[in-house]
Amino acid sequence: MPADDGSIDSDIEAYLAAHERKTLLRFITCGSVDDGKSTLIGRFLYESKLVFEDQLAALEADSKTLGTQGGELDFALLVDGLQAEREQGITIDVAYRFFSTPRRTFIVADTPGHEQYTRNMVTGASTAQLAVVLVDARKGVLTQTRRHTYLVALLGIRHLVLAVNKLDLVGYSREVFEEIESQYRRFAAEVGVDDVVCIPLSALRGDNITAPSPNTPWYEGPTLIEHLETVPVDDERQAKPFRMPVQWVNRPDPEFRGFSGLIVSGVIHPGDPVRILPSGRTSVVSRIVTFDGDLPEASAGQSVTLTLAEEIDVSRGDVIAAADSAPALADQFEAHVIWMADTEMLPGRPYLMKIGTLTVGLVIGPPKYRINVDTLEHAAAKTLTLNEIGVCNVSVDRPIPFDPYRVNRDMGGFIVIDRLSNETVGAGLLHFALRRAHNIHWQAIEVNKAAHARLKGQEPTVVWFTGLSGAGKSTIANIVERKLHEMGRHTYLLDGDNVRHGLNRDLGFTDADRVENIRRVAEVAALMVDAGLIVLVSFISPFRTERAMARERVAEGEFLEVYVDTPLAVAEARDHKGLYAKARRGELPNFTGIDSPYEPPESPELRLDTTRLSPEEAADRVIAALQERGRLG
Amino acid sequence: MRTPTQTLTHLDRLESESIHIIREATAESERPVMLYSVGKDSGVMVHLARKAFYPARPPFPLLHVDTTWKFRAMYEFRDRMAAEAGMELKVWQNPECVRLGINPFDHGSQVHTDLWKTEGLKQALEHYGFDAAFGGARRDEEKSRAKERVFSIRSPQHRWDPKAQRPELWSLYNVRRRPGETIRVFPLSNWTELDVWLYIQREGIPIVPLYLAAPRPVVERNGMLIMVDDDRMRLLPGEQPEWRSVRFRTLGCYPLTAAVPSTASTLPEVIAEMLRTTTSERQGRIIDHDQSASMEKKKQEGYF
Repeated sequence: MPADDGSIDSDIEAYLAAHERKTLLRFITCGSVDDGKSTLIGRFLYESKLVFEDQLAALEADSKTLGTQGGELDFALLVDGLQAEREQGITIDVAYRFFSTPRRTFIVADTPGHEQYTRNMVTGASTAQLAVVLVDARKGVLTQTRRHTYLVALLGIRHLVLAVNKLDLVGYSREVFEEIESQYRRFAAEVGVDDVVCIPLSALRGDNITAPSPNTPWYEGPTLIEHLETVPVDDERQAKPFRMPVQWVNRPDPEFRGFSGLIVSGVIHPGDPVRILPSGRTSVVSRIVTFDGDLPEASAGQSVTLTLAEEIDVSRGDVIAAADSAPALADQFEAHVIWMADTEMLPGRPYLMKIGTLTVGLVIGPPKYRINVDTLEHAAAKTLTLNEIGVCNVSVDRPIPFDPYRVNRDMGGFIVIDRLSNETVGAGLLHFALRRAHNIHWQAIEVNKAAHARLKGQEPTVVWFTGLSGAGKSTIANIVERKLHEMGRHTYLLDGDNVRHGLNRDLGFTDADRVENIRRVAEVAALMVDAGLIVLVSFISPFRTERAMARERVAEGEFLEVYVDTPLAVAEARDHKGLYAKARRGELPNFTGIDSPYEPPESPELRLDTTRLSPEEAADRVIAALQERGRLG
Repeated sequence: MRTPTQTLTHLDRLESESIHIIREATAESERPVMLYSVGKDSGVMVHLARKAFYPARPPFPLLHVDTTWKFRAMYEFRDRMAAEAGMELKVWQNPECVRLGINPFDHGSQVHTDLWKTEGLKQALEHYGFDAAFGGARRDEEKSRAKERVFSIRSPQHRWDPKAQRPELWSLYNVRRRPGETIRVFPLSNWTELDVWLYIQREGIPIVPLYLAAPRPVVERNGMLIMVDDDRMRLLPGEQPEWRSVRFRTLGCYPLTAAVPSTASTLPEVIAEMLRTTTSERQGRIIDHDQSASMEKKKQEGYF
């Protein structure tokens, strides 16, 4: 219903002015497969007269060939976009739809009901202010209904509509409706949402969508559209303390220095005192600069440029906050983590966190528990796989400003990015800091690395041997150590097999355990470098990400990656320990090269081709490489 | 706690979200560029870019992937607008098309569009080494667009994989990419055609006069009104251009974009007409008619 034709014709200017002043509601529709979400949205568009003649003609044709309504208009076909899903008759992704009524404009996220696409529902919910949860009147509250309600509540949506759909198929029964309503209200209360409005409807027939249905005379509540038009969405964000993550430093000339960003909460005026995080410096806002002139005030939801009274250092990623209620700084948190990738989460693996406009290094600890989203029960877990949600401790590589997610979505919500694939592999909600950053004091050490190294007359170094099992890593590393020892150098050899008997004997060979195995060894190697030693590390270390992490643990130039390059066939033919034979018989699961991947280094400092070099020759190459780099004093 | 003195309208929110997107993409790219098609959506996008970086100028150039077959009025308008925004304008014409003289009459709409636009765009991005390109596409235009992300990663071959899209949560955009990969950014994703018109009206954004009704010479072909823009238009036997009051809802290459009969010669009249209209915006684009999922296919091949 974009307009009543009369008002357009009689006074278009007034009509447009009214349209311009409309507010915006973003909501999400969710429910189980076949509950009729796409049909409901198609119905919104149809009722809003947003379906054009040519689209209607296509819809009529499509309804006959692809429709599931026996040739009648199948509204779902209006919204199911991608070809694959049109053919399968299912929605496989989030689709955004737009419609407006005389009072409001709406952005709808249509999200799938399939279990494997929970990540898309979480995505749709992250920007929504309200959720419409559909249930099929014949089926009532299902496992998926509970799951979706839990997820939208977790993502911070405080307004729920339960749309009891397909009521026509149960003879518009009041008893059926009320039974479902009471069941659902109990569950919603359990997950902490009290604003629940239940509406009986039929998306296909149009009951209680825009007009009260004669088929449900016993229902006295609002129609769906009426409720969506009037539910108060007064921006709670504006009542919270001022926060603006800095996106961009605007410096057109030496005279002007502005800080641009989207205000995520609160209100700001020229003259307001602000604090810059993480530096903690304070200043006063002098101007709110926009293309349309300076503003006397700006609030949550506006993109602006601020200038400050003092010349202080502010960069992208910083947060400008109200001086008297600034966010806390911390580097360790408890968080909900929602995993969104096909590859499982690996506790201890270095990922990236993007929060606000800041991207930092992130390590996720092993889950404290996984949440069964159907029963809300906690279960033990070592990792998280696609669509699983767990509570974990997470740590970042520097203190960051944050607010708990339930207080401020934009200051506590983050995404997890894989360092190598660059994919978004997860999302998280920060709850609280495990320790405040200002409580961290490094033990001041007077006898430092340089002092240790000076006494030994060498440059401390990690020589990291990586390669398949049986490639010859330990053989070569042993010869290198013997030669260095003869040269009077201070060394230590960390060997995979030996470390696994002691320090890492609690770890197995799953991907998650391999990551933790390497993390511990990298830490030990870094401590030994601190002690001034040349550390020889001989580990399969199959993943690039963990080797990169080990490299980052020490200073530039202190890490020498040696790729002991032996083709799988050759290593398997050697098979000194008989491991390959066992693995081939299936007795050793997760064996690198057989059923667990090995990612060869892309640019190692040294590559040793053991099909052409003897172990002695290979060891000499390593010594030469150390000498060339001045590591032996 | 102080409360703000005025509520933000839906246009305020859309504007603010788009500015956030433009700044975010610019901050995380080496060489961004804004595609400028001379149409109304492009005009809105350039206006938003100016707002995003004011008082500085937008720190990227405009790129027009030209087919040489745009309406004459569009070329005049294009050069004037770039100058007014104080932005550098790069124009790319696929040299292969120039050499072969590709045109919609001899080669058909499909080949014409593929070579000038889809291939031309890829060439231009590679030629200048742009790693991020802003486009004016909106999700309400077409069904497969409704599901595209705001930030869309393209392979080094410029392909779009609808099954491997990154989830976009809150206002957090993951802009990281591997060498060779580029990113297409759609700041107007959440705008509707009506929003665009209302915003043009509110902000006083200049538009090509072809969007407003005026008497123009047209011929009728397959039920569509084609404007005779200059003498390159080949008339079929028996065709006689007649003067009719028409306007364009969308602007592409002139023989491929149909006009609609209209007397709406002011912006409010255009908006009023739009609100009463009964055919969708892309109806005037001849390329979309081949098959109902044709836009998705084009996008996978690298079309914007």
